[in-house]
Amino acid sequence: MYLTLRDRPASAPPDQPDQPDSSVAAPPRRVGRVVLTLGLVSLLTDISSESVSAILPLYLTAVVGLSTVAYGFVDGLNQGVSALVRLGGGWLADRTDRPKWVAFAGYALSAVARVFLLFAGGAASVSAVVAADRVGKGIRTAPRDSMISSATPTEHLGRAFGVHRMLDTIGAALGPLIAFGILVLIPDGFSVVLAVSLAFAVIGVALLGLLASDQRARPRPEDGPAPEPLRWSDLAEPRLRPLLLVSGGLALLTVGDGFLYLALLDRGGFAASWFPMLFVGTNIAYLALAVPVGRLADRVGRARVLVAGHLVLAAAYLCACLPGSTWTSTLGTLALLGAFYAATDGVTAALAGRLVPLRARGSGIAAAQTVVALARMGSSFGFGLLWLALGSSAALLLVAGLLVAAVLVAATQLGRLGLDRVVS
Amino acid sequence: MSTRLRVGVFVLLVAVVAAATAWYALAEHQSFEQTRGRDPQVAQVPGAQTISGPRVVFRHSGLDNRYGLVAMVPLADPTGPRAFTDVPCDRVAASELGASCLVVQPGVVTRFEAHELSPDWQVAQTYPLPGVPSRTRLSPDGALVATTSFVTGHSYMSVGFSTATVVRETGGGRSWGNLEKFDLVLDGEQVEPVDRNVWGVTFRDDRRFYATVGTGGRVWLVEGDLETRTLTSVAADGECPSLSPDGSRLAFKVDVDPGEGRQWSLAVLDLATGRRTELGDGPRGVDDQVAWLDDETLLYGLPRADQPGVNDVWSIPVRPGAEPELFIQEAWSPTVVRPGSPS
Repeated sequence: MYLTLRDRPASAPPDQPDQPDSSVAAPPRRVGRVVLTLGLVSLLTDISSESVSAILPLYLTAVVGLSTVAYGFVDGLNQGVSALVRLGGGWLADRTDRPKWVAFAGYALSAVARVFLLFAGGAASVSAVVAADRVGKGIRTAPRDSMISSATPTEHLGRAFGVHRMLDTIGAALGPLIAFGILVLIPDGFSVVLAVSLAFAVIGVALLGLLASDQRARPRPEDGPAPEPLRWSDLAEPRLRPLLLVSGGLALLTVGDGFLYLALLDRGGFAASWFPMLFVGTNIAYLALAVPVGRLADRVGRARVLVAGHLVLAAAYLCACLPGSTWTSTLGTLALLGAFYAATDGVTAALAGRLVPLRARGSGIAAAQTVVALARMGSSFGFGLLWLALGSSAALLLVAGLLVAAVLVAATQLGRLGLDRVVS
Repeated sequence: MSTRLRVGVFVLLVAVVAAATAWYALAEHQSFEQTRGRDPQVAQVPGAQTISGPRVVFRHSGLDNRYGLVAMVPLADPTGPRAFTDVPCDRVAASELGASCLVVQPGVVTRFEAHELSPDWQVAQTYPLPGVPSRTRLSPDGALVATTSFVTGHSYMSVGFSTATVVRETGGGRSWGNLEKFDLVLDGEQVEPVDRNVWGVTFRDDRRFYATVGTGGRVWLVEGDLETRTLTSVAADGECPSLSPDGSRLAFKVDVDPGEGRQWSLAVLDLATGRRTELGDGPRGVDDQVAWLDDETLLYGLPRADQPGVNDVWSIPVRPGAEPELFIQEAWSPTVVRPGSPS
């Protein structure tokens, strides 16, 4: 919070909203106050959600008395819900041109869900609460990314998303630490973890509501004609289509992380008790690389980094099949996987936000993210069959080969991805 | 609102939320210290004496200074005074020759462990588990132990749910590894689904056992063979089997409300005839691997709805429409130990 309050140069009047990219005149700040504020909001919210996720299996089995089979069911609910809601959130943000308040509604819904989690006893109520939390996440993601996009000059966009995703991931890493710290002090303190999680969620929502400026995509003229409304045809924007095609096509060759972890486990490089640590390892790599890779994207072109990120992913698949020291290949796989997320997650949003007219920014970002999410779901299903037919190593090698070929094809489309030129 | 006012409101809100949370945490800590400081409400066998005759061994779940410790009562007097060990277990299975105990060791990195305990309740062997403990059973002569734990990931990049079920010889002997690697035959057909999970082992002898296999959204009761490394389906739609003392029947859980919610009830399968008896409307919501009290009666743990963390052990006769009865209060994970005869 210190950063957020002090980041603005003393000379700038405190009430003036950050300038949209279309009217940048003065030397731009590298990462705007809005981006840092949104990053801190994400950090607080991720502490909140990840502290609960970390203890949920223990809580449901030890306290609520559900079997973890029921928990698996609860967890499965989460996956499909958020992709569709995300489109709605992006569209609403554009339609109203109030992305902050649409994002606010999403964060608030997740916070309210935590209140109910404190009192939820059975599988049904826990499922409902978890689903509400995910719907909230779906609603808020696109408007938030649209705000980051609007608040940042194009040349620093990759870095801005890198900073945001880094703060977000720090929150995700702190959450479980805080949760288990509480359980060490108060051994049956599950309700305390839930209360602390609620507190972080409330502070995150308040930070967004009170201190983030209402970053709009379109400049508000004091007088003059009303801004152009969103048109559905904006989403069929010919400049967005190659991005949807390229990132969706590459996502079809993206195997779920779970499969990669199971392949590593299959090779017996480590004891199964280390399994949960694989997620931590990937997060650490992502955390460390989000900003540098974002800056690299600003320098050499975001489309290039997005496509090259999939080469890194192919390398991760190869690394998981490498003969030899399994510890090294495990760590190498996690590092490459983290690098892949750094090169694609924020970068996709940064690209999509610039390829559509301002009035469709949220919808454009949401469309790209949804295409990627749906393609990855389909790909995981297909890879399950492939694994079954070929075994883990051969299946991974095959996907790595296809991915390299797809990257080569996608590279020829780079020119059509607009190479980060600003729209309007 | 001016920026200054908004900053002020925010700082005030953070202070209020932090104070309220800290107050709540302190109150919870205090009530934890209070409840966990008091003696159990049930009668205790004096001293560190254990019970040597026919007995029920279980996890004590009263909110007191013995919470989570393994305890036992005489089989003839389950509501009578209970004897406490000083061993904490989340799941426990016992035999005349020792016990298997699954525990959660909370910490900044929480660890999950399986302990093998000697007859005098000392830890003889320790194995790491890949996740939250779920089930454990010993073979009738105590030579084999099975453990099931849930491999849980991190929700940020979720892999959903997966089990790891391992069978090994007690005393640090041979391990057969994860039962997922066994050959699987479902409805007479050899299959190799990638999403298979195995859980809830019950032993017939030191070679054969029964367990649950889940794949593609369905569950099967399977018979396992350690020598041929095979799992062969016996019946569909049942999980967490438990073999009766006379070896003729399997008791297991069924999902009586398939689809969205899960609503468990119990059923019994006659292995010779394949006849299946559902225990009617009895124990709704049971989510434990049942144990046999004798050839006519089942035992299972049930969490209390109004007291988080507290469970009771109930008994129910094996017949349709039977009514469950409270068997041992403040107890969980029961095993019946009969010295001199295989349990």
